[in-house]
Amino acid sequence: MRLFLALVRRLPPGPAAVLLVLPLAACGGGYSWGWYVVSPETAPGRRNLSFLLSGLGYTIALSVIAMVASVAVGLLLGLLALQRSRPLRMVNRVYVEVFRAIPMLVMILWVYYGLPVVLGISLNAFLAGIIALALCDSAFEAEIFRAGIQSIDRGQHEAADTLGLSYLDKMRFIILPQAIRRVLPPLGNQFVYMLKMSSLVSVIGLTELTRRANELVVTEYRPLEIYSFLVLEYLVLIILVSWGVRTLERRLARSEHR
Amino acid sequence: MILLDGVWKRFGAFEALKGVSLQVAAGERVVVCGPSGSGKSTLIRCINRLETHDEGRIVVDGVELTDDRRAIAAIRSEIGMVFQQFNLFPHMTVLQNLVLAPMRVRKLSRAEAEAVAMQYLERVRIPEQAGKYPGQLSGGQQQRVAIARSLCMKPKILLFDEPTSALDPEMIKEVLDVMVELAGLGMTMVCVTHEMGFARTVADTMVFMDHGEVVEAAPPDRFFSAPASERTRKFLGQILSH
Repeated sequence: MRLFLALVRRLPPGPAAVLLVLPLAACGGGYSWGWYVVSPETAPGRRNLSFLLSGLGYTIALSVIAMVASVAVGLLLGLLALQRSRPLRMVNRVYVEVFRAIPMLVMILWVYYGLPVVLGISLNAFLAGIIALALCDSAFEAEIFRAGIQSIDRGQHEAADTLGLSYLDKMRFIILPQAIRRVLPPLGNQFVYMLKMSSLVSVIGLTELTRRANELVVTEYRPLEIYSFLVLEYLVLIILVSWGVRTLERRLARSEHR
Repeated sequence: MILLDGVWKRFGAFEALKGVSLQVAAGERVVVCGPSGSGKSTLIRCINRLETHDEGRIVVDGVELTDDRRAIAAIRSEIGMVFQQFNLFPHMTVLQNLVLAPMRVRKLSRAEAEAVAMQYLERVRIPEQAGKYPGQLSGGQQQRVAIARSLCMKPKILLFDEPTSALDPEMIKEVLDVMVELAGLGMTMVCVTHEMGFARTVADTMVFMDHGEVVEAAPPDRFFSAPASERTRKFLGQILSH
């Protein structure tokens, strides 16, 4: 036990947390654990593991694509909020207020079951998931970008203006590079949030991590072990993301030297 | 080169400029002074439309300043401006700060822009800092980079908005020296400053502003020795006494 704790202390906080959670799962009262369902040592265990992990591709693809779309849309909307034209600002206002108010699950259901009727097209669960996640999240991204851009000193705009730079060049070379550095932490937050929310897309049948776990529970009757493993899967993914974001932050900070 | 005719500027109920008229000929060096809040920064900022005037006419290099955005961008690229707070781009190196506008606005190639940039960095005497970021430089060096950045656009007019007010005392001279040198090159300059020694050396015309009005405009010898207005005399007495 002492050896275990010493090991935990030496590890970075992420993996250490994982190690601490594992023994916690061992104190389940009189419950007889059935970790065999996900044991890599038996053939059925391995089969179950690979079944559970087969959802990984969809979870990652869904989150990454939705995030990229949401950042792109959010950036455009954030810029709209800062225009002189009132109608353009209104577009931003309405979009943010509407899509920020819709619960993610409701949005997923509406896009999957409702949108095809409205548009007369058919959407598979993957595409519907991307659209729903991106729509909801972009409202938050828009606010993040607006705040980031507004936080840049007015002198930067004036310097760019007096040099004769066009609006697009000013944004591209001066304002956005500085604003994006500042909003990197909240963007990282949103990406973590997106990964977690992707689990909701399981309700429309996309075979991502959560859906796979649900399916296995139905055949194996081992919800505690399987969902615990599911928790671990998300934990590992999210620790990787936050490590990535922090590395990016550090690299960008190094090139600034303020 | 610059013509202001009855220019008014209001910020809400506050009247920053009350019918200011001023003419600056090509190659003329004008120093604007006055107590804080007298409208001198607003005046200079109206010349490149960082502030929009409410009434009157401003004509720069033959172009009247209106809401026509393209005309404004074009005229701005002919007017260099040096700010009190330098306003260098902190995420770019000194060299990148200098070449951006010449490449994007003047469409120079990188090699051409860098050659011009290095030439002006030598003129402001810090070519060795080209690869550094603004945050690694002293205030005086940053301001000299800012001056070089304006010069890289080969502007017809240079505006200075209290360029030495944010500097530590020991760095003021290095910036003023560069400005005196520029003045010798025959560029049109409008400079808001409290540095009266500098003003005496370079100014063709001294302008004194108070409460949003041009109180007096005169050549420096007459301005300093025999100011026509009582307000000018009082102001000069205050700032020259220490």
